[in-house]
Amino acid sequence: MNDPDTDPKGMDGAALDRLAAQVEAWERNEVATFLERTPERLTAFATLGGFPVKRTYTALDLARTPGDDIGLPGQFPFTRGPYPTMYRSRTWTMRQIAGFGTAEDTNQRFKYLIAQGQTGLSTDFDMPTLMGYDSDHPMSEGEVGREGVAIDCLADMEHLFDGIDLQTISVSMTINPSAWILLAMYVALAQQRGYDLDRLSGTIQADILKEYQAQKEWAFPIAPSVRIVRDCITYCARHMKRYNPINISGYHISEAGSSPLDEVAFTMCNLIAYVEEVCKTGMAVDEFAPRLAFFYVCQSDFFEEIAKFRAVRRVYAKIMRDRFGARNPESMRLRFHCQTAAASLTKPQYPINVVRTGLQALAAVLGGAQSLHTNGMDEAFAIPTEDAMRIALRTQQIIADESGVANVVDPLGGSYFVESLTTEYEKEIFKVVDYVDRNGGTVKLTEEGWFQRRVADFAYETALKKARGEKPVIGVNKYADAQERFDIELHPYDASTAERQITRLRQVRRDRDSQRVAALLDALVAVARDETRNLMPVTIELVSAGATMGEIVERLKGLWGTYRETPMF
Amino acid sequence: MSDEEPVIRVLIAKVGLDGHDRGVKIVARCLRDAGMDVIYTGLHRTAEEVVDAAVQEDVDILGISLLSGAHMTVFPRIFAALKEQGADDIIVVGGGVIPDDDVVALRRMGVQEILLQDTPPDAIVESMRRLVRERGPR
Amino acid sequence: MRSARALTPDALADRVLRGDRGAIARMLTRAESGGETARAALDRLYRHAGKAHVVGITGVPGSGKSTLVARLAFAVRRSARTVGIVAVDPSSPFSGGSILGDRIRMSDLAGDPGVFVRSMATRGAMGGLARGTLDVVDVLDAAGYDFVIIETVGVGQDEVDVARAAHTTVVVSAPGLGDDVQAIKAGILEIADVHVVSKCDRPDANQAIAELKGMLALGLSLAPGSAQTWHPPVIATSSARGEGIDELLAAIDGHRRALEATEEIVARRAAIAERRMLKAAEAMLHDRFMRRRGATTAAVLAALGDRRLSPHAAARRLLQDLQSGDSE
Repeated sequence: MNDPDTDPKGMDGAALDRLAAQVEAWERNEVATFLERTPERLTAFATLGGFPVKRTYTALDLARTPGDDIGLPGQFPFTRGPYPTMYRSRTWTMRQIAGFGTAEDTNQRFKYLIAQGQTGLSTDFDMPTLMGYDSDHPMSEGEVGREGVAIDCLADMEHLFDGIDLQTISVSMTINPSAWILLAMYVALAQQRGYDLDRLSGTIQADILKEYQAQKEWAFPIAPSVRIVRDCITYCARHMKRYNPINISGYHISEAGSSPLDEVAFTMCNLIAYVEEVCKTGMAVDEFAPRLAFFYVCQSDFFEEIAKFRAVRRVYAKIMRDRFGARNPESMRLRFHCQTAAASLTKPQYPINVVRTGLQALAAVLGGAQSLHTNGMDEAFAIPTEDAMRIALRTQQIIADESGVANVVDPLGGSYFVESLTTEYEKEIFKVVDYVDRNGGTVKLTEEGWFQRRVADFAYETALKKARGEKPVIGVNKYADAQERFDIELHPYDASTAERQITRLRQVRRDRDSQRVAALLDALVAVARDETRNLMPVTIELVSAGATMGEIVERLKGLWGTYRETPMF
Repeated sequence: MSDEEPVIRVLIAKVGLDGHDRGVKIVARCLRDAGMDVIYTGLHRTAEEVVDAAVQEDVDILGISLLSGAHMTVFPRIFAALKEQGADDIIVVGGGVIPDDDVVALRRMGVQEILLQDTPPDAIVESMRRLVRERGPR
Repeated sequence: MRSARALTPDALADRVLRGDRGAIARMLTRAESGGETARAALDRLYRHAGKAHVVGITGVPGSGKSTLVARLAFAVRRSARTVGIVAVDPSSPFSGGSILGDRIRMSDLAGDPGVFVRSMATRGAMGGLARGTLDVVDVLDAAGYDFVIIETVGVGQDEVDVARAAHTTVVVSAPGLGDDVQAIKAGILEIADVHVVSKCDRPDANQAIAELKGMLALGLSLAPGSAQTWHPPVIATSSARGEGIDELLAAIDGHRRALEATEEIVARRAAIAERRMLKAAEAMLHDRFMRRRGATTAAVLAALGDRRLSPHAAARRLLQDLQSGDSE
């Protein structure tokens, strides 16, 4: 228990005793009388993630959280925010993800978004690019440029960022198994344009462990894949001071069906695995940890999400300081990008998705996100139209400029309920981390499907709850409109995309110095065989010489093999 | 020995590159919990591989899930492969994110049921049973 | 639309004998459901079976059986022989349904006409196999596959049925498994004709091999009825690196030659057939009891309940009743 004299929350032991008696009397009198007349809606209330929720919270609950764990914004353990002034200095980065068709198509969407006031770029790639296949590979058929932009080689990258100054805008690339190749292309493009690499800001996702656990995009087995992540982190720490080499992501874990607790807890398990891997190279934790970044979803349980964000910041700070011995506060402040929950959007009555997204975005801001993507209302149908994206961006702008919530740092700090739930979350996150530690660590449990099974179990329970109506979804299992007909303008897929893309790809293959590419691919394999070496420099040379992503990946598959999962149900 | 009520066999497959398996896992569990045998062929398969497996497993139903938008490429290949293997008595169903216009086109192509997001488990089970009932014994 | 596969039992059997994959698949479905309609065709196919070498592969959970089976199948194909695979997975004890995922590990075999893979659920059967597994083996055998591999469930100590169904039994263990798994392993070790320690790319593999050899030295290796001249070898494999697989196939072929040289194969086949006969008789009796759960059974049950009859005496009464029922 805290020393009441130094407890910044200002309740001494006697005051707490008086309060306890008061609460008990209230339950006995006012509450009991009301319950006799009208029972509550449910016999027990819980958050979407299953945390029990009491009737109300008081200073008694707050007293269970040590004052130091709450602290102040920009101070350890950063519960109240990574920075002291937060949105009073600069509001979060409004970073709407975009990507479709060829590089030219997406370049136009980027320019539109910048014109609408967007402050960061975020790139969505098509499935072949995400999985490391060239657009003319048989597995790519039907998928080129469909769900994101198709990138095969440096020439595509040049078109993607044509006319955009990469020294003044940060660029996020949502890509994992093939992330290091995209990073290499980005570096090669910057070199071409004569940029100082230390001035580039942005991120690749490069969080491969959550791929095996949740999103299921991979090229190689786990061990070499983690080594690639390590190489990205150490390369950026030495050559790109402002660039985040990884975005440890809970978002996809959540979208695959996990509980909000597992979403954040698993990112901490994955974090530990990456940090250990990088430290094995002899790099000190403070050399790279300041550039580790995170990515979370914001779901629809408003206070739970806020508590989740606050708790994971606290857990991260403690892990980095106490477990890894970080000394630099920059290594302990968790910074995250946030996206509202695509899985919460519905096709029925789809315009109401704007409201869902608005509430989720508000929770993300109250939870202290550094950048935010708000989903388009039509995402349950297809990738969003320009109109849907504009409304989504305006949603953020209303929160930033009209609501006033950005004027005070962590306005919910000290809330009896939110602080209590934050502390509950912290405890439960540490329980998961401890379990993983005791049972062989993240990589072993990923191989055994432990994470995957927890995700599948929660997803199945959620589906059953929806079917039983226990989890209301407006327009689906409540207030559904049987007569509804969808009259919606969808983002069109340009059938000529694949052809245009493949034409350029073949042109690049014809025009380059093939002998040089072949020699560099041999050099790549030699580097890959030696685990102490870094894959980045040779990959940068490769893409500069016109090698395609598919060529690089296929060559390494020859060395490392690929991955086949044992699915958990 | 008496003839038992045959157990419905369903092959559930992810075709193409997308790894979104939340839906297929829920469907697989629903069908198992309704007493069916569910064969799952895993992620990132081609149409031809999946049909080859469906033929060997002699399934009543072949369920294809994809959220990558490539359904208008994949389903024609499924039907072509089924025909080539003389297995066009297999009931084909689909699932995933599929725009309404494409739903119409896929049904015309021969997809007998399309399970979209949030189809309740009971409804999934019931529609699979109905399709097998309507087909009759084979 | 009715398919070309909707055939009379005889026509279906003809097609199976010609190796028609669609027909084989349909025949397997009928064999698995165990109905009378399948019986005539199965009886006919049985006469054509008996050429395949039947390999049972069992092992503890997490030992990588499915991957090993896939690798072994590749090795069989490289030796210009064909292979049918029966992969058994457990049914849910609650719903009776199942999710069968063994094919995932075998998907690299897709498209090879010399390989046929079939998944089966146990549907409540104990012993690591499904009911009807041996009928399924017969169908694949009659269809001309040189090898038939049975991959058992791999969840318990009682997985010994495979040794009574296969000509060569391979028991797979792996390094780094927990104590509970070790206990299961001990229970099935003695049925092995060939031992495999899988995942030998792992650092703790040598220890696992040493432990296994230690256990075998304690005399666990004397499989009852096994050819005395045959000493079960221990083979280290790594599916990840593709190592040890050719050695495994060589060991299986070696065991087969040893069985043939000593004519042990004849005895094994006879023992398998005899056991199947007894099992079939049991199943028929069981089936008839279930169908005749009428007045007599109720009366016997009542007598059993108040201890006027012992279970043994009650069983005699039931059998008598069956016989008199038959003569009616």
